Amino acid sequence: MARRVAVVVFPGTNCELDVARAISSLGAHTESVFHLEDSLGSAEAVIIPGGFAHGDYLRTGALAQFSPIMESVSAFAAAGGPVLGICNGFQILTETGLLPGALQKNAGLKFLCASVGLSVASNRSVLTRTTTVGDQLQIPINHFEGNYICDRETLAQMKANDQIVLRYTDNPNGSLDDIAGVSNEAGNVVGLMPHPERASAEILGSVDGLVLLESFLAPL
Amino acid sequence: MIDKATYQALGLTDDEYEAIVELLGRHPNELEVAMYSVMWSEHCSYKSSKVHLRRLPTTAPWVLVGPGEGAGVIDIGDDLAIAVRIESHNHPSAIEPYQGAATGVGGIIRDIFSMGARPIALMDPLRFGSLDDARTRYLVEGVVAGISGYGNSVGVPTVGGELVFDDCYRENPLVNVFCLGILPKSRLVFARAEGVGNLAVLLGSATGRDGIGGASVLASAGFDDSSATKRPSVQVGDPFEEKRLIEACLELLDEGLALGVQDLGAAGLSCAAAETAAATGAGMDVDFTQVPQREPNMNPIEIMTSESQERMLAIVTPENLDRVLALCARWEVRANVVGHVTDTGRFRIFSGSFTGNDPADMSRCVADIPCASLGQGPVYERPQARPLDHAEVLLADPAPELLAMFPDGTDLSGELLRLLSTPTIGDSSWVWRQYDHQLFLNTVVGPGGDATVLRLPDTERGLALSVDGKARFCRLDPNTGARLGVLEAARNVACSGAEPRALVNCLNFGNPEHPEVMWQFSQAVDGMSEACSALGIPVIGGNVSFYNESRGADIDPTPVVGVIGVIDSLAAPPPGMAFSPGEHVVTLGTTLGEFGGSEWAYVVHGIDGGSPPVADLDAARYLHGLIRDLVSRRVVSAVHDVSDGGYGVALAEMAIAGGVGASLIPEDDQSHAAWCFSESASRIVVTVPPEKLSEVLTAAADAKVAARDCGTTGGTRLIVNGVFDVAVSDLATTWRSAVPLALGVNE
Repeated sequence: MARRVAVVVFPGTNCELDVARAISSLGAHTESVFHLEDSLGSAEAVIIPGGFAHGDYLRTGALAQFSPIMESVSAFAAAGGPVLGICNGFQILTETGLLPGALQKNAGLKFLCASVGLSVASNRSVLTRTTTVGDQLQIPINHFEGNYICDRETLAQMKANDQIVLRYTDNPNGSLDDIAGVSNEAGNVVGLMPHPERASAEILGSVDGLVLLESFLAPL
Repeated sequence: MIDKATYQALGLTDDEYEAIVELLGRHPNELEVAMYSVMWSEHCSYKSSKVHLRRLPTTAPWVLVGPGEGAGVIDIGDDLAIAVRIESHNHPSAIEPYQGAATGVGGIIRDIFSMGARPIALMDPLRFGSLDDARTRYLVEGVVAGISGYGNSVGVPTVGGELVFDDCYRENPLVNVFCLGILPKSRLVFARAEGVGNLAVLLGSATGRDGIGGASVLASAGFDDSSATKRPSVQVGDPFEEKRLIEACLELLDEGLALGVQDLGAAGLSCAAAETAAATGAGMDVDFTQVPQREPNMNPIEIMTSESQERMLAIVTPENLDRVLALCARWEVRANVVGHVTDTGRFRIFSGSFTGNDPADMSRCVADIPCASLGQGPVYERPQARPLDHAEVLLADPAPELLAMFPDGTDLSGELLRLLSTPTIGDSSWVWRQYDHQLFLNTVVGPGGDATVLRLPDTERGLALSVDGKARFCRLDPNTGARLGVLEAARNVACSGAEPRALVNCLNFGNPEHPEVMWQFSQAVDGMSEACSALGIPVIGGNVSFYNESRGADIDPTPVVGVIGVIDSLAAPPPGMAFSPGEHVVTLGTTLGEFGGSEWAYVVHGIDGGSPPVADLDAARYLHGLIRDLVSRRVVSAVHDVSDGGYGVALAEMAIAGGVGASLIPEDDQSHAAWCFSESASRIVVTVPPEKLSEVLTAAADAKVAARDCGTTGGTRLIVNGVFDVAVSDLATTWRSAVPLALGVNE
């Protein structure tokens, strides 16, 4: 199991403590890495948590790619290290080019905070490798720009490579092909709009998020 | 010298101006009079309400900070404290709903972290006119978007609130905002400037011409005759700036680098600097040229009184300055030394560098006033008058008319559905789904329940929060209405097993120069005071919003309260309101035929007048004690407070939540209509597994609370024998579509 998890913090990030709390409950150790740093240290896995990095200025996730730490994140990903982007983290990974596609405004043009049903679409990724395709999960979303989109070729390619990781069972935001999460071709970089850390305790109503986080921390 | 027209345009009366002249021993200059006019305004000085607010009970052994500071603070054990505040942003939201609501959120968050607390929860009690008005629909969408846009982005979850519609708010909506923060007791900090030679460091946004005058009296003023420099008086919020400011300030306090912190609110830097110095009896010298400015050629009045958002003033020692600047730079927060603490007791503003008492410096002095004087505004005991028709209003009981229309034996199914379709009673999730209500992983019960329940990190305990106001009851009788508001909030909190520990109030009233409004205010303060004393809840802070009127018509008196309760053991969520099959439905409390101000009488049938329900404080105390006990011991499976729409609506909401019906028998010593729709206070519905029924009934009898087993849950219809019979799915559809339909949005 990955014992040391780097949680990248930009100005405007706000889910870093929640992610750390959920990860710690699984016995791993998290370290907050500020965006100005240029090294991930000895981290064995990297999470880019949700929030509003750089205030979502210009475009969600667009400015974060220029933060010094992102070079290390890209190198870490290229070396096959597990990288997870949650919500704004997902947006950052698409803007950085580590994941295909983009996230646009929800079809309803409103921010949406609600628990949604998810279905595991691929268990080839680091986030789902301990699950079975078709597994149903209940996990909250919390976003304005979660409407996944990509061009037709990319979609076909992603399908061919089994890169669609999670789908909504009742599409809340207009995402193409009900996509809630995708991976890169190798499966070591994953982004998803739902917040697994928000489904990490019985008292919060669901522990389904832990299924994903456990998979993410499992030995490669 | 200032001419009469100038100071009057700023809202100062002749007497107030004379008082300033006397305080200074000379005439004030333009900058000085600008500061006084804001700090002595109703908004900042509480000059009309002060004499009344003194009657509120404010002490308890666990109260660390009472009214008067940025926020009230209570000790909740484990070396933890909770900071709470509530405020209004009514007028800005009426003019520009998005920014008005957004900056309301921003302002109250700063009040919380300026005490050293991390803001962890927001709640928004909202009141609008009827949704059949297009502008009201625009206001609702804008206000909700503003709260969502700012609150979500700044990273503080919005975990509850109220959504009330009444035509008295058509032109003057009420946008109140409540914020709660948590802090280690050791981090508690005050807005104090201590130590001669210590530095005043301005943090956050550059200062612009936006928001000069803000919510206060400057907005219409003639400081600058050039129309080119006019700006909207509603400030513009930047949640990203605020988020960085929160992190930087809390880190400064954690590192022990700030001796005092103060939010820049009304009257901007001038007020913040003078107040911090007045708090210690020290003095403060400020060089306004050191203030970062958004645009060139701002004059000292603009710089010193601008209400640009997202700014804080920190008092630091010269030795720590470099560390402070480095820490702020890391968070991309501007930090500039703008002044220093002196021992003069005076607040002086200079143009350019200064050292203190050099005559050359004094020639650059543009303002020089006693620090304390800004807080020594007038106090008024304004005339009060009970409205002439008050006795008549109270006697206009809607009961006879309603009972004649709906004698026993009438099918009330349609009436129940009509109630569920009113936007005040209908499902408000269209609003709160736009709010991040889950951040920080504390939200055990989110918006939509009787009370919001948060778990407290690293403890076994939890908090229960509820914001409530009963304006229509207050209009009929402000004393009783204010009591009923307190009782409802306390009852909601009790329904989650919590002991109430503190209350904050936001007193929204009309024009205090109307004697009827002052009478309403005084009566409401008395009612609130009596209810809080009876329940042992200290009032630890509040806000008064007067002048909620349009075209001479005052709003209904609307005291809104937020009650904070502590749950000792929160191993599992408290019982929700959902029916599950095979349980007994037990009503707790006494129903009378009380329809005055009820949703059924007023909203459905348009019948005004009558007395509000009786607010029996002993009955409330007994009921709250009982429900706390039953919930803590988890002998009840579902709990729901009875409020708007009476038992009918409470039962329907429980059925909708569980997707399960019930078959019940109405009480026989009341008319059916009363049993269904009366809004008698201090009532709760619980469901009980059969094996626990006698235990619950015995506990109720011991607690002196009337309890009645009305029947059992199950099936797909909500049936009250001979009264109504509706499919739960129909109840649900009506209730869920009420707000979206009224707003005209697709769901």
